Amino acid sequence: MNKDEYQKLVDQLTPKEKKGKHLFWAFLVGGLMGVLAEAIVVILMECFAVARTDAYQYACLLIILFACFLTALGFFDNWVSKAKAGLILPTTGFAHAVISAGLDYKKDGLITGIGSNFFKLSGSVILYGIISAFFFSVLGVIIYG
Amino acid sequence: MNFLNAFIVAGIACFIGQLILDNTKLTPGHLTSLFTVVGAFLGFIGVYEKLISYAGGGATVLISNFGYLLYKGAMTGFQEQGILGLFGGMLATTSVALVSVVVFSFILILIFKPKD
Repeated sequence: MNKDEYQKLVDQLTPKEKKGKHLFWAFLVGGLMGVLAEAIVVILMECFAVARTDAYQYACLLIILFACFLTALGFFDNWVSKAKAGLILPTTGFAHAVISAGLDYKKDGLITGIGSNFFKLSGSVILYGIISAFFFSVLGVIIYG
Repeated sequence: MNFLNAFIVAGIACFIGQLILDNTKLTPGHLTSLFTVVGAFLGFIGVYEKLISYAGGGATVLISNFGYLLYKGAMTGFQEQGILGLFGGMLATTSVALVSVVVFSFILILIFKPKD
């Protein structure tokens, strides 16, 4: 059996996942995360008289706290495999990546385990976020003054 | 009405993300990095601010907001402190997200055991 035939066989036998279903769940869950954040913002503004820009930060903080807790309790992994991009793209995905990497390597100790693997999955977000923001802000300074 | 906007904007962003995941070989790591860079770019061309005023929490809950806040922090820092502020101000607003992730995750990692 040569490579092409093998690849055909693999393609036949791989279970086909329904793409439309994933898209629907991603849209629904992602949208609900947006509504949740907006709800936290509105509640904070109405009940605690927090300024809107601060309320965004509090909402971010609370959502990160929820995501970390739910990952530590073990619910979140199943949800992510179902909703996929719906939970990866909101801030929950960032928190989930950090804490699950830390939990996976906990057995290797504080320094070589948790310490060196803490940002293993989410480090790219921080790195490319800072690099791109730096170049865009240098460009912005040149263009906008 | 703002809730509907939040739902639609966050939903469409996740829908696009899922389209990319399904039809290319990119991993979730690629996807989050890509959206962060896109967020910084949208901040640069001035679109993301309008998106936030339109969708509120629907735009700030996304990871693109991280990129936008990095860009905005650097620009605000430059206006206040010049070149030093470009470096010093970048993480000013995002430090809420970064520090909270680090603190909460570390405490919970020490308490909980990994699920196998």
